[in-house]
Amino acid sequence: MSDASRNASDLREGIMATLSRQQVGAILARQGILIAFAVFMIAFTLANPKFLTPDNVLSVVRSSAIIGVMALGVTFVVISGNLDLSVGSMMSFSTIVVLDLHDKMGPLLAIPAMFAMTLCLGAFIGFLVGYLRLNSLIVTLGMLSAIHGLTLTYSGGQNMDIADKEGTWFSIFGQGTALGIPVPILIFVALAALLGLALAKTPFGRKVYAVGGNGTAATFSGIPRARTVFTCYLISAACVATAGLIQASRSLGSQNTVGQGLELEVLAAVILGGASLLGGSGTIFKTVIGVLILGFIQNGLLLVGLQFYVQFVVTWVIIILAVWLDIAAKRGKLWSPIA
Amino acid sequence: MQPGALSKALKSGAIWGFIVLELAFFSIAGEFLSLSDKAFMDWENMLLLLKQSAPIGIIAMGMTLVMVNGNIDLSVGATFAIAAIVLLDSMTWPIFAGLGDWVIPVAWLLALAVGTLLGALNGLIVWKTGVDAFIVTLGSMLGFRGIVFMFNGENPTSHLNWTLVDFAEAQFLGLHTATWFLLGVTLALWFVMARTVHGRNAYAIGDNREAAVNAGIRVGPHMMINFAIIGFLAALSAVVFYSESGSVNPNDGQLYELWVITAVVLGGTKITGGAGNVIGTFGGVIAIQLLRKGLGHIGADTSTVNLVIGLILIAVLILDRQLNIKGKEELKV
Repeated sequence: MSDASRNASDLREGIMATLSRQQVGAILARQGILIAFAVFMIAFTLANPKFLTPDNVLSVVRSSAIIGVMALGVTFVVISGNLDLSVGSMMSFSTIVVLDLHDKMGPLLAIPAMFAMTLCLGAFIGFLVGYLRLNSLIVTLGMLSAIHGLTLTYSGGQNMDIADKEGTWFSIFGQGTALGIPVPILIFVALAALLGLALAKTPFGRKVYAVGGNGTAATFSGIPRARTVFTCYLISAACVATAGLIQASRSLGSQNTVGQGLELEVLAAVILGGASLLGGSGTIFKTVIGVLILGFIQNGLLLVGLQFYVQFVVTWVIIILAVWLDIAAKRGKLWSPIA
Repeated sequence: MQPGALSKALKSGAIWGFIVLELAFFSIAGEFLSLSDKAFMDWENMLLLLKQSAPIGIIAMGMTLVMVNGNIDLSVGATFAIAAIVLLDSMTWPIFAGLGDWVIPVAWLLALAVGTLLGALNGLIVWKTGVDAFIVTLGSMLGFRGIVFMFNGENPTSHLNWTLVDFAEAQFLGLHTATWFLLGVTLALWFVMARTVHGRNAYAIGDNREAAVNAGIRVGPHMMINFAIIGFLAALSAVVFYSESGSVNPNDGQLYELWVITAVVLGGTKITGGAGNVIGTFGGVIAIQLLRKGLGHIGADTSTVNLVIGLILIAVLILDRQLNIKGKEELKV
């Protein structure tokens, strides 16, 4: 046995001695999603060498950017212990509004106007859930339907198109590139960095965790619960407006239902990132990983030649596995103790 | 009168009051706004309304049970679509070719079995893994829908069997077949929830799971049975609806879960479990269908229907909260 290999086996034994099984479990629980992501990427790269080329990676991230931007905002809402099922129809709304206003008042005014309108919707939800303390699942379910109706009323049921598609600089947000990187990716990364910092390093971020972890305790500690939840919904609405901007700018025309069903994909990404629906846990970084996993699954399955729809079934299995293993590691048992 | 009895009576009666209000409003508004000469409260119209309530209504009864139990099922729309495809496609399978019209009950049984199995699968996962039902069924909603699309891509699956259509369009004692199914399911679920041990236990588990466990109730099997029941009812709803229409699009049933949950919540079932009944849900289903039909009657389009239903759902929540606060004033933090 050579020295090197003996050293290696010594090292391994040493590690095994210091790390009991429980600690391994804890590490797996904390970093499980990253490990799964790595395994997944290696498997697909072996299956198809094209998978990890820069071109493919960029195109995957670019197409995930819209879901990703929305997931950032929903992360705040979920950590604060609430849900947001209205982001899909809110995204349709902002897409339709900005496309309509583009021709009426020019892009420079249309964008802030659209942001203001979307933030109003967010503020309304935030008021209902934060200040009136209504159940967020039902409120946002109602808003999903109501905003869809609002969008249809606004557009009269017609598709919205920009008249002069060639001559507008508006397309930069969805189709432009800077430094060789598509602008949607830059927006996604910048927003993730900004919101990640806000969540991890500011007093406000800590309040979000406190409110989601134990709302009553947070109230007794003098944390303004209502205002914190309200702000989370504003952040979510701002992210949705940004996603709508990217979507509108990418296609320069849109149906009324462009965001339909996205709320569930967004939620799936957030859950996959390990945020608990009970609130109080999750990070922006993990949500980004969740978004990327969903994006790469979709792309990887297509590259190995599977049907487009197989991704839904795979996503199903992965979501349940991810959450299951997460809570299994926390309780120290694989199977639930429910009798 | 006991304290809280008034608000309780107000709450349980609210949905029926709302229905009466809707009927009055649409009848009067219809006189001025409607394009047709027919009155809104026409007998034929009301019969049709009951028939059109059936697909959502049948599922809503199962959702009441699942929500009273403290869970939720987001996958019912996708289960509905899968069962519809099984129903229509199995009638064309060569192994059943010799059966003639006897293929109908076979196809029905197959569709119902598939729905029950999918529901039971959801329940088993919730039970054995301990993952929240919201997440499990959110996942299976994607997964089941994926299976639907894998079957036939974006193309519709069609098969018309005229015997079946005749059965579905038949009227017995004035009511359509679908209405009979809706009434039958409502009655059956009422019996299960109010008169059986399983129903009592479902309430107990939804109200306080810990206490139920301590009382020796086996939580898991009850949850699984309830998920199997809602899967069965989603399939039954598909059987009733597609027997008549004979063609299913892969997108059919999408957003059904939202309509169903709206109806159940309007009917007074608590989202956190432990309270609610199918009679209230029946009212919720009728109220929603009245709203859709009534708004159509006075010339509003689907966009208004969506807007109004969303806002009503929120209004009900606010109202419910106000009524609850009155009883809990001294407990307020």
